[in-house]
Amino acid sequence: MTMKHVNTSVNGEAVEFLCEPHETLLDVLRNRLSLTGTKEGCGSGDCGACSVTVNGRLVCSCLVLGVEADGKEIATIEGVEDHGHLNVIQEKFLEHAALQCGICTPGFIVATRALLAENPDPTEEEARYFLAGNLCRCTGYDKIIRAVMDAAETIRGGA
Amino acid sequence: MAVVDYLSPTSVADAVKCLAGSPHPAKVLAGGTDLIIQSKGKYDSPLIVVDVKKIGSMVSAELTDDALILGPSMPCAELTAREDIKSVFPGLVEAAFLIGSTQVQGRASVGGNLCNASPAGDTIPALIANAAQCVIAGPNGERTVPVESFVTGVGKNCMTQGELLVSIRIPRPAAGSSDAYLRFIPRTEMDIAVAGAGVAVTLDSTGKCTAARVAIGAVAPTALLVPEAAAALVGSTVDDASLAAAAAAATAASNPITDRRGTAEYRRHVVGVLVKRAAAIAAQRARSVK
Repeated sequence: MTMKHVNTSVNGEAVEFLCEPHETLLDVLRNRLSLTGTKEGCGSGDCGACSVTVNGRLVCSCLVLGVEADGKEIATIEGVEDHGHLNVIQEKFLEHAALQCGICTPGFIVATRALLAENPDPTEEEARYFLAGNLCRCTGYDKIIRAVMDAAETIRGGA
Repeated sequence: MAVVDYLSPTSVADAVKCLAGSPHPAKVLAGGTDLIIQSKGKYDSPLIVVDVKKIGSMVSAELTDDALILGPSMPCAELTAREDIKSVFPGLVEAAFLIGSTQVQGRASVGGNLCNASPAGDTIPALIANAAQCVIAGPNGERTVPVESFVTGVGKNCMTQGELLVSIRIPRPAAGSSDAYLRFIPRTEMDIAVAGAGVAVTLDSTGKCTAARVAIGAVAPTALLVPEAAAALVGSTVDDASLAAAAAAATAASNPITDRRGTAEYRRHVVGVLVKRAAAIAAQRARSVK
């Protein structure tokens, strides 16, 4: 099997790696680039734990081949922080206790960031539909949605 | 299948060469939301993937005076953001918006939905209702197939090795036309259709239906065009009696199975209800576009 040489950008930094053609972007992030913040839940695109953005578009990294990252801009949970501090979305997840075991949290935060980039003032219904592909087996979603709505309001207020 | 090589041609001609000349079975990689899952787990046979997303025409869409020329591999998220397309084909766009999650829509495409040929594929009835044509390129040149003949069975389409779906051409409907797609799922989001219905209608200035196409999904091995249901609408004002007749025709044309999503009897009933409701919505939209 021939290894593929990939030039990409991860969280704004140029990154080069070799991978096998069958490896997913999730495999590459975790196993080759040591970016283990992105979690594997189902491996079949149903749970959203592995959410990242590729050229700004939210996707499941378990359904993208690593080699497809060539020439693209990838953003992961590791790039969400704000100069060494928690981003507003991360702070609001903590404040509202919007996590228990934490496996789904990176995916939720990456997805919430994508939601608010596209729609800074979502209704609760819009937020729930946008995030329907992120599964959480602990919280029952209520606290997550409160955190998302509060983060949206805070960001709109410029705080 | 184990992915042993990845090719990314930049032209249709090169893609056809990659597909036709491959030493191992070769499959087209568009959004990968079906293919990558299918390639995981079973490592019994080698597979070559041909990523067609570096071919500009595969991932873009152009709405001309005559038609929508849809790149089959354009992500659903890009399609559903296109207000120009939504204003002409609201039903097709709502079908694309029903596929999977936000994440899945970021990758999944209408062409992928069609080629994967699931009986429950949401965009297929919407494409049939809109009389879409599939333009297929292959080693012997191009051919065009009506979308209702493209899917030939569960997970099967009419293409042979070396062929590639290069565009989906949907004629721009006449004035006073619109469409709608509805499906039934047991939950509100992220599920596979128990039954689906796509309807396109054209109304004249008096509100009389002059043309219609009705297609049903998830109630037979392939999505079906139901001319009898369309005939029930044509000549009417899409009133209750003609809607009931269209529903009965759709129920009669369906040939569903019983599985964990629903019984055959239930599906036969629900598909009629969906046809009735989708036709009413399409007619309402057609009245408002005049």
